[in-house]
Amino acid sequence: MNPVNYLQILQLAAPETIVTLTVLVVLGADVTVLRGKSIAARFNVGALLSILGCVSAALLAFTRHTEANLFNGLLVVSPSSDFVKVALLALTIFTILISTSSKFTDHVGEYLSLILLGTIGLMFLVSTEDLLMVFIALEFASLALYILTAFNKHNEKSAEAALKYFLFGGMSAAFLLFGFSLLYGISGSTNLREIAIGIAGKGFDPLLLVALVTTVIGFGFKVAAVPFHLWAPDAYEGAPTPSAAFIGSGSKVASFYILAKIFTLGFVGVEGSAVWHGYLSGWTPVIAIVAALSMVLGNLTAIVQSSAKRMLAYSAIAHAGYMLLGVLSNTPASASAMMFYVITYALTTIGAFGVVAVVEEATGGDAIKNFAGLSKRAPGLSLCLMIFLLSLGGIPPLAGFIGKFFLFSAVVSFGENLGLLWLVILAIAMSAVSFYYYLRVLKAAYVEDAVADAPAIKVPLLTFLALVLLALLVILLGCAPGLLTQFL
Amino acid sequence: MLAWTIYITFFGVLVLMLLPRDNARAARIVALLTAIAACVVAFVGAIQQTNPGDVTTIVKVPWIPSIGANYYLAADGISLVLVVLTGLAAVSGILFSWNIEKRTKEFFAFYLALIGGVYGVFLSFDVLLLFVFYELTIIPKYFLIARWGSTRKEYGAMKLALYSFVGSHLVLIGLIAAWVVARGQLGHASLDLIELSKVAFPIAFQHWVFPLVFVGFAILAGMWPFHTWAPTGHVAAPTAGSMLLAGVVMKLGAYGCLRVAMVMFPEGVRMWQGEIACLAVAGIVYGAGVALVQRDFKFVIGYSSVSHMGFVLLGLATLNTIGLDGAVLQMFSHGIIAGLLFGVVGRMVYDRTHTRDFNDLETMQLGKLIPFAGVTFVIAGIASMGLPGFSGFVAEFQVLMGAWAVFPKLTILSGVGILIGVAYTLRAMQKGFYSDAPPKPADHAHPMEPISMPERFGAVMLIGASLVIGLFPGLLMNWIEPCFNSPLSMFARLLVKGGSQ
Amino acid sequence: MNHWLTILTLVPFLGGIIIAGLGAERKNLVRSLALATCLVGLGGALCMWLHFDPKSGGLQFVEKFDWVPSLGIQYFLGVDGLGLLMVLLTAIVTPLAILASWRMDDRPHVYHALILWLQAGLFGTFTALNFFHWFLFWELGLIPAFFLIKLWGGPKRGPAATQFFIYTMVGSVALLLSFLAIRLATGSFDFIELAAMAKSGVLIAKLQVAFGWKNIGLIIFFGAFLGFEVKVPLIPFHTWLPAAYSEAPSPVTMLLTGVMSKMGVYGFLRILLPIFPDQIRAVLTPLLWLAVATIVLSACAAFAQKDIKRMIAYSSINHLGYCLLALFAATAVATGVNNSDLQKAAALDGALLQMFNHGLTASALFLFVALLEKRSGGLRGLDDFGGLRKIIPVFTGLMGISIFSSLGLPGLNGFVGEFLIFKGVFPLAPWAAAISTIGLLVTAIFLLTLIQRVFCGPLNERWAKMSDLTTAERFLVLPSIVLMFVLGIWPQFILGAVDATVMKLVQQLNF
Repeated sequence: MNPVNYLQILQLAAPETIVTLTVLVVLGADVTVLRGKSIAARFNVGALLSILGCVSAALLAFTRHTEANLFNGLLVVSPSSDFVKVALLALTIFTILISTSSKFTDHVGEYLSLILLGTIGLMFLVSTEDLLMVFIALEFASLALYILTAFNKHNEKSAEAALKYFLFGGMSAAFLLFGFSLLYGISGSTNLREIAIGIAGKGFDPLLLVALVTTVIGFGFKVAAVPFHLWAPDAYEGAPTPSAAFIGSGSKVASFYILAKIFTLGFVGVEGSAVWHGYLSGWTPVIAIVAALSMVLGNLTAIVQSSAKRMLAYSAIAHAGYMLLGVLSNTPASASAMMFYVITYALTTIGAFGVVAVVEEATGGDAIKNFAGLSKRAPGLSLCLMIFLLSLGGIPPLAGFIGKFFLFSAVVSFGENLGLLWLVILAIAMSAVSFYYYLRVLKAAYVEDAVADAPAIKVPLLTFLALVLLALLVILLGCAPGLLTQFL
Repeated sequence: MLAWTIYITFFGVLVLMLLPRDNARAARIVALLTAIAACVVAFVGAIQQTNPGDVTTIVKVPWIPSIGANYYLAADGISLVLVVLTGLAAVSGILFSWNIEKRTKEFFAFYLALIGGVYGVFLSFDVLLLFVFYELTIIPKYFLIARWGSTRKEYGAMKLALYSFVGSHLVLIGLIAAWVVARGQLGHASLDLIELSKVAFPIAFQHWVFPLVFVGFAILAGMWPFHTWAPTGHVAAPTAGSMLLAGVVMKLGAYGCLRVAMVMFPEGVRMWQGEIACLAVAGIVYGAGVALVQRDFKFVIGYSSVSHMGFVLLGLATLNTIGLDGAVLQMFSHGIIAGLLFGVVGRMVYDRTHTRDFNDLETMQLGKLIPFAGVTFVIAGIASMGLPGFSGFVAEFQVLMGAWAVFPKLTILSGVGILIGVAYTLRAMQKGFYSDAPPKPADHAHPMEPISMPERFGAVMLIGASLVIGLFPGLLMNWIEPCFNSPLSMFARLLVKGGSQ
Repeated sequence: MNHWLTILTLVPFLGGIIIAGLGAERKNLVRSLALATCLVGLGGALCMWLHFDPKSGGLQFVEKFDWVPSLGIQYFLGVDGLGLLMVLLTAIVTPLAILASWRMDDRPHVYHALILWLQAGLFGTFTALNFFHWFLFWELGLIPAFFLIKLWGGPKRGPAATQFFIYTMVGSVALLLSFLAIRLATGSFDFIELAAMAKSGVLIAKLQVAFGWKNIGLIIFFGAFLGFEVKVPLIPFHTWLPAAYSEAPSPVTMLLTGVMSKMGVYGFLRILLPIFPDQIRAVLTPLLWLAVATIVLSACAAFAQKDIKRMIAYSSINHLGYCLLALFAATAVATGVNNSDLQKAAALDGALLQMFNHGLTASALFLFVALLEKRSGGLRGLDDFGGLRKIIPVFTGLMGISIFSSLGLPGLNGFVGEFLIFKGVFPLAPWAAAISTIGLLVTAIFLLTLIQRVFCGPLNERWAKMSDLTTAERFLVLPSIVLMFVLGIWPQFILGAVDATVMKLVQQLNF
């Protein structure tokens, strides 16, 4: 039995460790020192502590340039995974910032620590190449997310959403586990690289096919791809807005990263082909179909939504479709394009949800008509909203456009003779459709007049800070994407 | 130097955003100064160009090396013409919007953002950069119309935005595909227009990519039958919006057709030459015909824009030097004239009478009440009809000459289109200003506000421009012709086999 | 280099701008300035006449500059006998028109500015020799004419003006397209060059090379023909004329009939005949029929009119028909005719003379109608008057002279032109000349009817108090009357100057 070097584990998992300590500090502070203070104060202090912890973890991850592989892939540290961790931590920081003005709960410490715990789970998710660890980390993070969804005890929708999310999640976890066990059976290992060697040369085993499909199901659920998306609209709508932001951002980043890893490292040799008129069985066509369905359904259904949060949920489904395209074309260029897209999408989503949170608070609802006259009531906030929504729609010079351009060009480059162009055409067409529903919200904010005598909306300071930073980042990354791509 | 047109304009947007909310006067002055500054820079920069036939690089720095994108601004003669047009249109548009009271600073902020994007398109020689500026203009357009417009503004704005967006996405598909193929041929990724203009794309590839990209751009140029956003959008837009839309934004589409679609896919153009010409002439005749039966004054002008842009597209389809010369000149000419027409109808007439229905206008004897407007409209109408002495004549003249060589029957049909143009202009003149219908009893007995100084300036400026180019077309032809004549130019491949002269 | 012609055209143009800027208040200043400008133009024209060398048939006072070289556009002015004649006609009729409008009170500044701009357009048309340059002025003349009819005309002025404009534009567009095709094939817009090319047969060859159709020459010819035919006008594109002439205020009609209608004939002579003689020859018979029909049918139509102005309007069509008859006949291949050159020269001389004389006579007639309208308060029907010669004998006498001149009475100017035309046409196209004499007959009938109904017969009591011509008015009509006599007795005055040009033109037609 190999002696386990715990010190080494702690060293390599230092960022995660720091965040864990932060959890304890936050919880501790909340039940001791801050007892009896106002919710706002508790949030502010808690946020400060959390952010400190996240920042230090991020700095550590960013500056260490280690490569390591513990326990045959159970814990893998590399600069690329470290960078994704930095991104995750940044997203967490922003989520916490926009949650500081929440009024839906008085369990402040618990809330913040759950966010941090979710982050820990996600961080572990991205630093592994072993199926078991994937499953554990995934479930760990998901548990945190389920509870975060249910956190609004005053709203029955929150509970309903969480239950839906949990049931769906549980079932897809079961699928995932089933698939993983099949893989283990076929190849004799749970390490991705060894699995690849194990299934090579075996041709198309029906069990392999089942494993493939179930893996897609499991992850499809996580990223809310069609037809595994049914939980998403309700979850996004019912959950408290910061939780929805977190679900839509961090978990997506991590999920896509690991999804890409599993397929490109693990299912080698059974890619098949999704090229037009060149169909070959494999996981590529499966993902292509899922992606196509997500793009179409997500965008078309978003058109008829009247609630901003549901609209963002369907748009998340659509964007998941775009991101799956990046998985599809497994070249290094497309992988970095996909990560660029996911990260910028995540930043934008947090921003969008942040704005929705403020509007919800001020007007009592998140229907699109509640945004009417926003440009007059809160000009800075509307400007941020415009930047986020336009980035989601793909308008240059914002990050969303460049992300799409990178992604689509990578995808088209991949298929021989432009074989994957059909998918890109579909993506672009649906993107054009999406412009309409994003513009609708902006129309309400900028063109329609507010209800008579609606007072100016006061945006809480930390939230405003976060939103402005996010907006600036979106613009910056749109104009100079090199800043981000150099790390991917 | 020319790049400063872009920077100055966007700087103006920033300044406007920082101004206090209610100070309309400050907003106007800032906007006007910015536009004038950019216009002056445009003129000076244009005059300084010693060799319009060549592409003169203004700035070229790597932007996203991994995909071969550079921040590449440059200008050749054609860019100069269009940049000067933008300058003139921008200034006159602001002059005609001097009376906007509602949220003035935001209006001008969106206006200048639009202008900045337009300058950017005309100066970009990197395809991605061009596309970025092109898309950038969609949002200000939308808001200008949706908030400050009139008839069915929200519908018109949304329609326009969606059509533009769809068009630009068609272009995007084509561009990405072309980028991939070019990379294969060149060995490295490139989005540089000049490099791409030398790539020999496979014929089968060009067969489908060219129409995609061309139609994508042509939607914005108002090519029949994708033109339906134009009349609705123009009517819905506030005066300055219509002036810019018809005057400059539609030219973005035509410019894209020429600079991107035709340059990159010369064999593709030749394959689809006939179809483009047919659609162009359909636009000329249809636009004129529909304008003839309109009841709303502004719709007449809106459809006339579709008709005039048909000439641009016809010129492009001729693939000979003189037709292409004419097409570019028509872009300039129509930009000025459309601005003038919309200025009169929107600002001078509608803002005073609050109606654009001919049945109402007929009874108002506007020719006597606001004679300056009447005379301006007559002059604008003459220019629009294509009568000699004004820029429209020289432009249409060249397009027709070019078209004769290649499409004689279609040319005759265009002549019919010109005649219908005469008819609807006369009709508009009659009904709008010089009607003989008996005046209604004075139910709005208040006298009409006289034509203000900014309106006069704007009108005189535009008339002057059209007149000067009509009488001395050499001024612009000296910029345009060398671009097509030089054997090393990016258009050389287009002209090799096409047409005489 | 001399700049006579440029100055000649520029003076009324600038004058018009100044007058338009003067405003509606200073009526007398406006009128005086307008008159002064015209008289300057008249002076200039007369000076040029004096300096004109009648022996050379070529161009004089030439100014030629490159304008837009890449498009073959040049600033090319010049006059030969034909051009100078037309310039002179314009210079004479315009002051008369302005004097006739002396009492016009409605926005005189705009009115007179428009007349001056019309004059500038006319001067430009008659002196330009490069298509672009020429077309510019051709179109430029349309706008003032349109507005003069539209804003100061009679009750049905709107439709009349619109019809006028649209008809002319149809012709113009056809003309434009034809010349663009020519330029495409030959690379030239220069009328002189093109005429030379046509003579040597190169023109058709080049057109065929460029377009590949066998009959391209004919098609291009038709395009250009349409442009001018509408302007003359020839049947069946004449329907705009009666409406326009009768609705326009009479002084404007003086200009329209006196000079503008000559633009069409000038176009035939300057452009169509030298550049497309073969085409005309090819369709000679139908063209002759057209001319004959114009002559005869318009005369009959005039006879049926009840409105004096309309009657004279139709009569204008008739008179110009003779010019075209002469023109078409001059291209005929006259086999078996000795001295065919002389006959052709005679015909063309007659045509030119007819142009000038008709300009003079018709404008005088309309002047009289204007004076009559002034006295009758706007009435001008044939049956509204009667026995006027008892009351206004001087008026009757002077108008009578004009009417007889129009009729073609020997001794007055109208006769010489018609005589020469028939003399030239008879040998070349006898049947056409024969039928056209019907026109002469019918003209005589309706003109005499006019005299009979208006001036003779029982006095219409209504007009018992009508006043005769005032001294000012007498001076106004005097120049025209004098010229009618002078040119009737001594046509050499004009012929001397144009003869050489005509001979040159005939040489052009020979092959």
